[in-house]
Amino acid sequence: MSDVLGNPMIPPDASDSLAVLEKQRSTAETFGIPLAVLLEITHRCPLQCPYCSNPVELDRSGKELTTEEWKKVLSELAEIGVLQVHFSGGEPTARKDLVDLVKHASDVGLYTNLITSAVLLTREKLSDLADAGLCHVQISFQGVEEGLADRVAGYKNGHRKKLEVAKWTRELDLPLTVNAVMHRQNLHQLPDIIQMSVDLDADRLEVANVQYYGWALKNRAALMPTVAQLDECTRIVEEARERLKGTLAIDYVVPDYYALRPKKCMGGWGRQFFNISPAGKVLPCHAAESITGLDFESVRSNHSIAWIWQNSEAFNRYRGTGWMKEPCKSCEFREIDFGGCRCQAFALTGDAANTDPACALSPLHETIFKQAEREAEGETNRFLYRNFAGGTLESENGA
Amino acid sequence: MAGPRNISVSETSRPVLPRHAKLKYDETRKVWVILAPERVLAPDEIAVEVLQLCNGERSVGDVSDQLAAKYAAPREAILADVIVMLQDLADKGFLTEAREKTS
Repeated sequence: MSDVLGNPMIPPDASDSLAVLEKQRSTAETFGIPLAVLLEITHRCPLQCPYCSNPVELDRSGKELTTEEWKKVLSELAEIGVLQVHFSGGEPTARKDLVDLVKHASDVGLYTNLITSAVLLTREKLSDLADAGLCHVQISFQGVEEGLADRVAGYKNGHRKKLEVAKWTRELDLPLTVNAVMHRQNLHQLPDIIQMSVDLDADRLEVANVQYYGWALKNRAALMPTVAQLDECTRIVEEARERLKGTLAIDYVVPDYYALRPKKCMGGWGRQFFNISPAGKVLPCHAAESITGLDFESVRSNHSIAWIWQNSEAFNRYRGTGWMKEPCKSCEFREIDFGGCRCQAFALTGDAANTDPACALSPLHETIFKQAEREAEGETNRFLYRNFAGGTLESENGA
Repeated sequence: MAGPRNISVSETSRPVLPRHAKLKYDETRKVWVILAPERVLAPDEIAVEVLQLCNGERSVGDVSDQLAAKYAAPREAILADVIVMLQDLADKGFLTEAREKTS
């Protein structure tokens, strides 16, 4: 039995969903509609994680789609062949209509995942979500004990609450994924995080090293691990995967600064992934709005979602290989990794059409690698916390 | 709580898809799929037929009997194939077993 969808946030390398989709002609003619779509229903969040994947310029609540608009989106997604939706944010439970939205998604036949920080959930609310048809809960953890975890999240008593919600999740017979975002200041806790996941009776653990865009890029000096830390992390994951086979599945994402080959970001721009922002923009990647000069269409426009996916300028700009410059253009790996990540290329070189500097063939690779190594050995540990005000620097005594 | 982990599928097991794994016909792509957390599996025709029979009441033996009769095929060969297929699914965490009924 083939697995046609890996982690939709970070699609797998070889056998992606296109293999199945391209055989059958789907609504969008050239590129099959993705199997799973990420819905960032709000950017509001009580946590302030310094590596948040949301853009630095957050959508204010007044710009968010209404309940009726989200329902219309859900119906349309189901109609064009999307099978799963991830309710994410920000913190999706900050929206009062979440139960209603999950119910509607279930009614139209979508498989629903909740990606949450968990700190706003009550047992009753979680139970209502389960009754509404919620299929899976993914809870983020910032560490394994509350001192560090609450400091990273910039939220007191958050860790304790997460443990409680994880327990309720399993009591309600919902499958649980623990999402652990790893960086220099918490990598030493990885063995304990793996054990915590087993103890919480989670099915899956995502060990996701920070990817350095947006907020994380601002905090890179405080987050970047050393090469030695990363090697140790890989060793721990490999050992645990073997030991916990059949008990806990572990997905692993490495920071690409230390790789020689860039990641096939999003499975290739506009090939198998899109997300919808709180304000209704249809985006090829949750960081795509960081690339200036691209105009992203909204579900509030006159165009259907399938049309936007298939025809909009933003999706077509970096699709396939036609947009490439050297060294990508003539590279034998151009259809393997599609030149890496466009957002990273833009952030680090100023042009999204350049080779992602994570690639050893990029003229900037050596410089970036050295800089990461330098920052990893540095003394900067203070965070710039994520918020609507553009960030707040952690105080000297860590509060 | 969900079913036990590390299920060993045998002739007497009475497997069923857990609540978080949904077998569904995808109208857009005209294929059967199993929807699971962060995964979409593409079962082949035989797997679909087996899974439609696995309701937590029929044993793997019962399922094999039915398929052997339907396809006029040797039961032992079918049983072996069914166990391999279900074990693969169980190893991925997408199969559970009905609990013993207290009669």
